[in-house]
Amino acid sequence: MNKKDVIICRCEDVTLEELHNLMKEGYTSFEEIKRILRVGMGSCQGNTCGQLIQRELANFTNTPINKVVTHKVRPLFAGVKLKSIVKALDDES
Amino acid sequence: MKKIDLVIIGGGPAGLSAAKMAAESGLSSLIIERNFKIGGQLVKQTHMFFGSEKQYAKTRGIDIAKILVNDVLKYSDMIEIMTGTTVVGLYKDKVVTLLKDEKYIKVKTKAIIIATGASEKVLAFEKNDLPGIYGAGAVQTLMNVHGVLPGHNVVMVGSGNIGLIVSYQLIQAGVNVLCVLEASSEIGGYKVHASKLKRLGVDIKTSHSIKKAIGKDYLERIIIGKLDDKWEFIEGSEEELIVDALCISVGLSPLSNLLSMIGTEMKYVSYLGGLVPLIDENYETSIENVFVAGDVCGVEEASSAIVEGYLTGLVVAKKLGYIHPNYDKLYLDFKAQLHNLRSGPFGEKLRRGLEEIMR
Repeated sequence: MNKKDVIICRCEDVTLEELHNLMKEGYTSFEEIKRILRVGMGSCQGNTCGQLIQRELANFTNTPINKVVTHKVRPLFAGVKLKSIVKALDDES
Repeated sequence: MKKIDLVIIGGGPAGLSAAKMAAESGLSSLIIERNFKIGGQLVKQTHMFFGSEKQYAKTRGIDIAKILVNDVLKYSDMIEIMTGTTVVGLYKDKVVTLLKDEKYIKVKTKAIIIATGASEKVLAFEKNDLPGIYGAGAVQTLMNVHGVLPGHNVVMVGSGNIGLIVSYQLIQAGVNVLCVLEASSEIGGYKVHASKLKRLGVDIKTSHSIKKAIGKDYLERIIIGKLDDKWEFIEGSEEELIVDALCISVGLSPLSNLLSMIGTEMKYVSYLGGLVPLIDENYETSIENVFVAGDVCGVEEASSAIVEGYLTGLVVAKKLGYIHPNYDKLYLDFKAQLHNLRSGPFGEKLRRGLEEIMR
């Protein structure tokens, strides 16, 4: 299998090769991988890549998939312009 | 800040039913829907549903959507609907932040019903991002909502009910479905759906999967192969097929991110499709007055989502002091309906999954 051609995260264009290389370096938690590859931080917020990465981590670390912790979801869930937030504050006061 | 007693996130079968039952009890609500119209995934489902009459069996999904939408519109003085609106933040003090046409809106509420549904799972294989590779649900939306054909020669990956039904609808739309691939040794969906395809000459290849996609700017061909009992490809079993679209239908996973954001207790349960919240018998999560209904707490049929919506709407209203005149009778009825929908051999995994998330 040509791992360069297998897309794991569509939002941030991350391949299986990049993911495997990082795991071999010792990054074996979703949170660590997220900080380096930006998986789960794009427009779908991990809905697509989440389960694929979970399975890869489960296989690599030999852990049952239900024990592999996925990433913490934080607000804001979609791109919000600062302008919009400022405008909302102005309307409130 | 906008104030409302109940916010319902998701305007699909669960959310709409919850709003209706809350309104019947005397409680006003705000439904937030990301799509441009309410009705959820029912708006594209042209097939008839199973279940019993109470969940509109023998009615087409699109017609069930009309019934549920009309029910809600009858309470236009009590139910506010915001379409084209995304929830961007959910906070423990029950503030919900929304984005609608670049407008950032804060809502303070007393109770929240999360009815966000589920999303399609994907597969990792070579060139899996070529244009022409779709989720089966996406294809159903393209065809049945927008009137657009995804391609002319299609292969379906996955023989669950969605894969089987969408394959049939592709044929109805004049598309050539070359075959359906199923990684497991058995067909996943109901026999009645599989038989319809077989009668039309569609080969359902069990123990088979997609190995790679081929194409320069868009999908041109695929390589499929036979799997051994460890789900590894058997060497020499590869076969090349000329296709311009590939549908992936390998299950759904609950859209539970908002629950994770607010910090409810969660558990990964494969029988329910993935990460789901722990709930009590009334679908209340570990955070008081935050409820769930529908696929977000376990992937099931729309019929179950409707009943879960009714149940949570009824219970939330009571918690906030609005008691439905027929509360006891309705409560027992909804519980019995859910029990019936999950009985039988097809409900076994689901029942085991639900046992795991009971608080």
